[in-house]
Amino acid sequence: MAYAGSDQGGPGDAPVAIKILVAGGFGAGKTTLVGSLTEIKPLRTEEPLSELGTHLDITDGVERKSTTTVALDFGRITIRDNLVIYLFGTPGQERFWFMWDELARGALGAVVLADTRRLADCFPSVDYFERRAIPFVVAVNCFEGARRYRSKDVQTALDLDPDVPVILCDARHSTSGRDVLVSLVEHALVMMSGHRSAPAVPAP
Amino acid sequence: MPSPTDRWLDKEAGPVVRPYAVISGRTRPTGTDLDLIALVTAVRGARARPADLGPEHHSILRLCRLPVSVADLASDLDLPVGVIRVLIADLRDLELVTVHNPAPPARLLDPRILREVVDGLRRL
Repeated sequence: MAYAGSDQGGPGDAPVAIKILVAGGFGAGKTTLVGSLTEIKPLRTEEPLSELGTHLDITDGVERKSTTTVALDFGRITIRDNLVIYLFGTPGQERFWFMWDELARGALGAVVLADTRRLADCFPSVDYFERRAIPFVVAVNCFEGARRYRSKDVQTALDLDPDVPVILCDARHSTSGRDVLVSLVEHALVMMSGHRSAPAVPAP
Repeated sequence: MPSPTDRWLDKEAGPVVRPYAVISGRTRPTGTDLDLIALVTAVRGARARPADLGPEHHSILRLCRLPVSVADLASDLDLPVGVIRVLIADLRDLELVTVHNPAPPARLLDPRILREVVDGLRRL
């Protein structure tokens, strides 16, 4: 692509903001994970209901210009001056999916949190990131009392590409959450080097 | 069975509100898109005519003396992202702030930076 930003020099130059999404089914531990890594800042987005209506066509009884607010979890990890990771917990409910495209735009990658008791809940997130070739890792949140599975079993159950890392984690602990982010960034690096080794496409 | 209206207007959806008076009913910012993690910085020494700005504009200018993201501004001022975008675009039109969009797609980020991120995370 043509915009390999000329202002994007080496470390220490222009500010670099990295976006990472935390996805997964309702109750899989998205808020817990973000909260274990950083102070959560609530973020409200506002979506016109008329736009929702174009997806589902059920705006009867709702004023056309009305909007609804959707709350997101948002957190920030400062690596150094001018190098910051922004974490966004994606809204789990499928009806808020129209927001994902904006959240996913320019994202470095995503953590898909999985609860082995309700594994199917994370299928839509896995599909979403697979289709858009956005690097992601699956973090299996090991809830107390839930049966333990091996990463390999989860990988098979989710029918994941063998390259996609599956990590067992405890979203309540920052070290565990940190390890999940490290594997995501490393995975993104591997995917990136794959793209780089592909034949270069001449700029238009 | 819940009516179609109930399906949207529940606790999770939050309140249904009219476009905010604070941005005079506007719902779309001027100019190019403002990413959630675009960094906004006040232009040093720039002066606006007081009549051009509302209190929320001044709050933004106060918070972005150093670069700050659109998401941080929305959260810190407790305003929805859509509203903060319109306000930032106003300030950009008046050349009171500069906006640094996260230009390169993530895939083209410098691998050196990503390694630095990994090392930084490990030190947390």
